[in-house]
Amino acid sequence: MSVTERLVLAVEKPLKEAIWGCRMCGQCILHSTGLNCPMRCPKNLRNGPCGGVRADGNCEVYPDKRCVWVDAWEGSRRLPLWRDHIEQLQKPVDWQLQGTSSWINLVNGRDRVAPRGWEPDA
Amino acid sequence: MLSPSRLAGLLRDGHFVVTAELSASNSADPEATWRRAEVLRGSVDAINCTDNTGAHVHISPLAAAHLLVEKGLEPIMQLTVRDRNRLALQADLLGAASLGVRNLVLMSGDDVTAGDHPEARRIYDIDSMQFLEVAAGMRDRGLYLSGRKLEQAPSFFIGAVENPFAPPLDFRPLRLQKKLRAGADFIQTQLVFDVPIFARFMAMVADLGLLDKAFIIPSIGIPRSARGARYMKEKVPGLHVPDALVDRLEKTAPARQADEGVQIAVELVRAVREIRGVAGVHLIGIKWEEGVVQVAEAAGLLPRPTLSPLATVGGRG
Repeated sequence: MSVTERLVLAVEKPLKEAIWGCRMCGQCILHSTGLNCPMRCPKNLRNGPCGGVRADGNCEVYPDKRCVWVDAWEGSRRLPLWRDHIEQLQKPVDWQLQGTSSWINLVNGRDRVAPRGWEPDA
Repeated sequence: MLSPSRLAGLLRDGHFVVTAELSASNSADPEATWRRAEVLRGSVDAINCTDNTGAHVHISPLAAAHLLVEKGLEPIMQLTVRDRNRLALQADLLGAASLGVRNLVLMSGDDVTAGDHPEARRIYDIDSMQFLEVAAGMRDRGLYLSGRKLEQAPSFFIGAVENPFAPPLDFRPLRLQKKLRAGADFIQTQLVFDVPIFARFMAMVADLGLLDKAFIIPSIGIPRSARGARYMKEKVPGLHVPDALVDRLEKTAPARQADEGVQIAVELVRAVREIRGVAGVHLIGIKWEEGVVQVAEAAGLLPRPTLSPLATVGGRG
């Protein structure tokens, strides 16, 4: 890991963990999920809630915690921008990026690299 | 030449289809699967083979589906992203295609904590939405997710699930739309016990202009006892069972509860059939295939149609 990446991570990691409970997937889509980290979902769902959400809006797996995607949906309704981004199909997670800086991956475009067979609009 | 999906043909012919869930066996003897499946022969158009349903281990859906193909019954193979990573999922899709499986239902799956191995590692390498796109990519472009080419693309009729009863209710129709964009041809819903909520969901789906883009098939459960209905109401996340339904069964004498459950299911079938955009019903009698047959009979769904030779197959929509 380069010195630059270490320095960026020193800022990014504590900041995003404190504010959004970020899990450092390295390919941030917070703006598409009403500023709720989808990697906090126990099923790591990036495209919406599962069918197990409880009637009170809590998680199937952790009955005392609110479903990440219920928060994501409500959060997306409140955003002035990106409201319809929650409807976009998110590509599979690149697990190689776990723990790396999503800010650096955003700048150099690494977070937009999808598997070659991934062509959702084809 | 790959044989086509008969289920797709029936739906495209405009038939109101009937599918049912097969109780997955815990036996190394194929007869255990065949015995239960034979009960359904002639009463349904296709049979779902579940994937470790409720996160309890059973026979693999790939094996069960192939056992049905061997007997001339049409399977719908369910596959979850809970237990397999993207390599295993694609391998099983191709394997299923080569064994004659044409219908899929791809889903997230009940969490491992709901099952008999709560200590297991959950996989969720890709999500159900991405899995639909991967399956569609194999079929439509003949490519693995990696971009590597298949020698022969599979011919799949791709299904997905949606739960009209789980929050956030207003997002559910949009999520269904997303699944259709990802590659789903048909949808099987969560069990419908509350018709007004389901009707509202279908109205929102219609408003999005999705009724001619997918075949939507609600699941109808056949409660066998008041105790079973209460268990579903209180213990199964994502299931919505109205109090009135549980009360009705609890007021029925125990010996008559199964008959009353069949009657409830028949009423539900008739009610959902009135809703615009409903293309069939998926009947679920838990370990009770005989109940499925009774409901199909009493709801006037028999005999099942035969497929016209002109029915077209393959590709999207």
